[in-house]
Amino acid sequence: MNQYAEAFEAFNRHAESGWLKSQRIAAFARFEHLGFPINGVEAWKYTNTKALAKRPFVLAEGYDLQAAQKLLNEAAVTLDSHQLVFVNGIFVPELSDLSSLPQALVVEPLSEALDKELELTCGMMGRLAGIDSDVFTALNFAFAGEGAVIRVGNNQVIDKPINLIHLSTASDQPQMSHPRILIAAGSSSQLQLVEQFVGDDEAVHFTNRVAEVVLERNAQLTHYLLETPGDQSWLIGRTQVEQQRDSRYGCHHMNLGGKLVRDDLVCDLNGKGASSHFSGLLFGRNKQHLDIHSLVHHNAPQTYSHENYKAILNDKAKGVFNGKVVVKKDSQQIQADQSNANLLLSDQAEIDTKPELEIYADDVKCSHGATTGQLDETALFYLKSRGLSDELARGLLTLAFANEVIDELKLAPLYKRVEESVAGHLPHQVDLEEL
Amino acid sequence: MIEIKDLHAKVEGREILKGLNLSIQPGEVHAIMGPNGAGKSTLSAVLTGREGYEVTSGSVTFEGQDLLEMDVEDRARAGLLLGFQYPVEIPGVKNVYLLKAALNAKREAQGLPEIEAPEFMKLIREKIKFMKMDNSFLHRAVNEGFSGGEKKRNEILQMLVLEPKLALLDEIDSGLDIDAMKTVAEGVNSLRSQERSILMITHYQRLLDYIVPDVIHVLADGKIIKTGDKSLALELEEKGYDWLLEGVA
Amino acid sequence: MASEEMEQLVRKEYKQGFVTDIESDTLPPGLDEDVIRHISARKNEPDWLLEWRLEAYRHWLTMKDPQAWAHLSYPEIDFQAVSYYSAPGAKNKDAPKSLDEVDPKLLETFDKLGIPLHERAALAGVAVDAVFDSVSVGTTFKDKLAEAGVIFCSISEAVQEHPELVKAYLGTVVPHTDNYYAALNSAVFTDGSFVFVPKGVTCPMELSTYFRINAANTGQFERTLIVCEEEAQVSYLEGCTAPMRDENQLHAAVVELVALDDAYIKYSTVQNWYPGDEEGKGGIYNFVTKRGDCRGDRSKISWTQVETGSAITWKYPSCILRGKDSVGEFYSVAVTNNFQQADTGTKMIHLGEGSRSTIISKGISAGRSNQSYRGLVKVLPSAKNARNFTQCDSLLLGDQCGAHTFPYQEIGNSSTQVEHEATTSKIGEDQLFYCMQRGISEEDSVNMIVNGFCKDVFKELPMEFAVEAEALLNVTLEGAVG
Repeated sequence: MNQYAEAFEAFNRHAESGWLKSQRIAAFARFEHLGFPINGVEAWKYTNTKALAKRPFVLAEGYDLQAAQKLLNEAAVTLDSHQLVFVNGIFVPELSDLSSLPQALVVEPLSEALDKELELTCGMMGRLAGIDSDVFTALNFAFAGEGAVIRVGNNQVIDKPINLIHLSTASDQPQMSHPRILIAAGSSSQLQLVEQFVGDDEAVHFTNRVAEVVLERNAQLTHYLLETPGDQSWLIGRTQVEQQRDSRYGCHHMNLGGKLVRDDLVCDLNGKGASSHFSGLLFGRNKQHLDIHSLVHHNAPQTYSHENYKAILNDKAKGVFNGKVVVKKDSQQIQADQSNANLLLSDQAEIDTKPELEIYADDVKCSHGATTGQLDETALFYLKSRGLSDELARGLLTLAFANEVIDELKLAPLYKRVEESVAGHLPHQVDLEEL
Repeated sequence: MIEIKDLHAKVEGREILKGLNLSIQPGEVHAIMGPNGAGKSTLSAVLTGREGYEVTSGSVTFEGQDLLEMDVEDRARAGLLLGFQYPVEIPGVKNVYLLKAALNAKREAQGLPEIEAPEFMKLIREKIKFMKMDNSFLHRAVNEGFSGGEKKRNEILQMLVLEPKLALLDEIDSGLDIDAMKTVAEGVNSLRSQERSILMITHYQRLLDYIVPDVIHVLADGKIIKTGDKSLALELEEKGYDWLLEGVA
Repeated sequence: MASEEMEQLVRKEYKQGFVTDIESDTLPPGLDEDVIRHISARKNEPDWLLEWRLEAYRHWLTMKDPQAWAHLSYPEIDFQAVSYYSAPGAKNKDAPKSLDEVDPKLLETFDKLGIPLHERAALAGVAVDAVFDSVSVGTTFKDKLAEAGVIFCSISEAVQEHPELVKAYLGTVVPHTDNYYAALNSAVFTDGSFVFVPKGVTCPMELSTYFRINAANTGQFERTLIVCEEEAQVSYLEGCTAPMRDENQLHAAVVELVALDDAYIKYSTVQNWYPGDEEGKGGIYNFVTKRGDCRGDRSKISWTQVETGSAITWKYPSCILRGKDSVGEFYSVAVTNNFQQADTGTKMIHLGEGSRSTIISKGISAGRSNQSYRGLVKVLPSAKNARNFTQCDSLLLGDQCGAHTFPYQEIGNSSTQVEHEATTSKIGEDQLFYCMQRGISEEDSVNMIVNGFCKDVFKELPMEFAVEAEALLNVTLEGAVG
């Protein structure tokens, strides 16, 4: 804890006095009070943060532009987009591109927004994920200074996606970053957001990111989350979404591995007709630990949620899926379904899954299913009887298992990247070029 | 048998039936035809007392009683039985159980004792055979996993067992191939008697070749706009509804 | 002070403290080591059992009430306000003298359930000696069992008659360290059943049906132990469909089952304890630990339960599938109405290669009740080719109740096949309308649909239980609709 106290002291000292400064102090006190979830916390039953708690991290003070450029070129997905790039938590204007922003769209780094529009920005911050939230959110708030602010005006359909790229490069000392993403989508607006966490395998980094998303009436956000923080890095993320009437939120979450990756995805469906759609893939190998906790609150009648997560785990990787749907009293005519299918490719891989339902209304149709199994032997036989090698047949079937969720990536470069990554890291590799 | 007078009904605040008049005498078979959205399904829902349908004015007298005042199950016990367009599946509840419970409910309302088991089984076997159904059907759950044809045959089977005074058949022919429809029609025809009336609601003229009605009505925009004999059906088949609708609009 | 002296002093106080109470044979409320010594002494237990109880008690003191994690809410229980021993046969002055003094509402329920006349008095809590003598019936069956070599007696009797068997198995499935209420039970258990079926024997009858009146008085801390040796089989029926009146609000039973190679234990429960009144006042708190240990290869343990009673139910009949190709099953119907709360489910722990388990859980919530399914399927690396299938459905009647599912799966083996399906829905308006349109009353329609919903579980019950269970469901849901 000490190292955090020191870092916090240094970080907050420069801050102007006022609301933000006092909030940060309160947030840090909350973090110290709660501590890392080590024992007996149900939400962290299967995920151990001991090693993370022990590791001392510092805030980055600068970056190596060349290394960042290299990582960006080699490992991140770039597309025709409004692009913001961060390296180890610091905004990099040289790699960012905001040249074609339309009038009704604001995309800017949080630091800049705090400079220019302090009041407005502070009004967006902590509204959904405030200091009284969980320990990591409190920690994020304490160090909240960088990230992104995105605002879309009413009725605006934004064609080009927004691409937020968080890079982590190797450094002398383990570093941490606490990006906060604030999104406000006006009524009937439409937006696509790509968020990528790309880490150098040599880097030891702790990313603790929080996103707060407000969707006004009939707004639509498609959110692509691509996570490859690197073999030695921790990534903890919270996405907190508030949805008004008829709004639609889609999250396509590709967790392709890291030392420990934990995501909390929370949607509050507050207006009639609002819907959320989560689809995701946990793809783990070596000793990676991948954890997704989703929570949907049906707070209004006629709200809909759909969730489909797949996990493919190899070697000694461990996956955790916890999906929860809560239907509030008087929220009638609800439809919610959840499905979680897991494929264990090795005897030492493990999956812990818990699809939960908590229902306090009666006119509901809720279902969940969870399955864990192996590749279908009859399908395998079928492919081999057509002349495919055992290796290729297994690889193809594994890829096919993930396809249902990968197929939902509507941005071609993203789709390609994920497919290649999965195919290339299978124990039975599939060379897509050859097929 | 049934006398419907100036019936007005609303669904979700929208008026669907706008002054419908219809009178059926014992022993008669009537058919109601009409374009989509004319109010055909609303009529069957109102007659059987489904929730969500608000009668704003008019009256329905069934066998001298005020039908609209009666509960759903009392209407059934009094002899008004609906053959559903989309019979619902009820997992775990065996057909034989439903039939027995329904038959005994009706007998109780008539002041009769519960039917004896052997008598009941004899009755059921006979009706099942008539409907060309397999005995195993009795022990399957109500409509669960039934094909469209099986479901409709099941509806008619229930009619044969429960012997309604007025059988209301809502699109009983939809989704059936010709053979299944013939079986269903045979069942319906066997229901015809001096004491019993039948009201068919249908979209297709085809059914009327097999169950020949005494009277045909055309329902459009919530009202009966034309009444005639079976030749009306042929006319409709030929010309469609437009020639009738023009007069209304 | 020498330890000897100390001991004497303690003994003395203990004697004095309980003199008056020994006459009435009921301990005053309160729990400490002396109370446990007293219970053990009254039952003339061997030293090892007293030690076993004390160890459990000391461990219990270090534990916490599980309210923190269960989806239940109830006022904190004052364990010092509970009386932990009441000798069998101790008379309750307030007990009704005959059926004429019993609440007519209760009698009406008996009628609906078709409870045989001679059982009603006992169930309504009429003083025992006013009830017909069931001993003669009991003895006939006991002879038949003895002939087959089956031991079936109270656990107290077993401690005296078969101490080696009790010692060998007691606490081996549910150790006192297992959970709060198991620890409490181990410390203070009063009585329960003991069943031992030797190698190769199939128990010639379903146990407990004919004894259920006697079993009704086994008290609030029941302890049951059933052991089936190799190739032995038994079907055990617990409980009763009649609503039982009981002055003990807190119940914490432990049931342990042990199945050796090729053995099969079928354990069926119908539980209908007093759930409290329509406003949620009163009612039994039921904290039960039930666990079966499939110790032998190809052994099988099957739990079937129909739960309609109790104000609070906290219960997870489980199987430890240790043996190769062993089989665990859990079939459950839980119904809650008014203000009842239930947090119930099962655990299937797969250790053995080829072990299989099936979980079918049907929950029905009505009134203002809350019900949770909490289940765990755990597959350890040793359990190659393990299989589990779970189906967990909830039906909601009315918009004031809650239905929740918390199914945990911990899978550590790649050759495993685990499937979990769950649905929550309300009773279909269409289904109701369909039945009513056939002339069936609304209440009967609801009963029919609910019974249909539960079919998969009822078919696992022994015949006579199944019939009673259906009737019970209907009574429990009375007034839930409309």
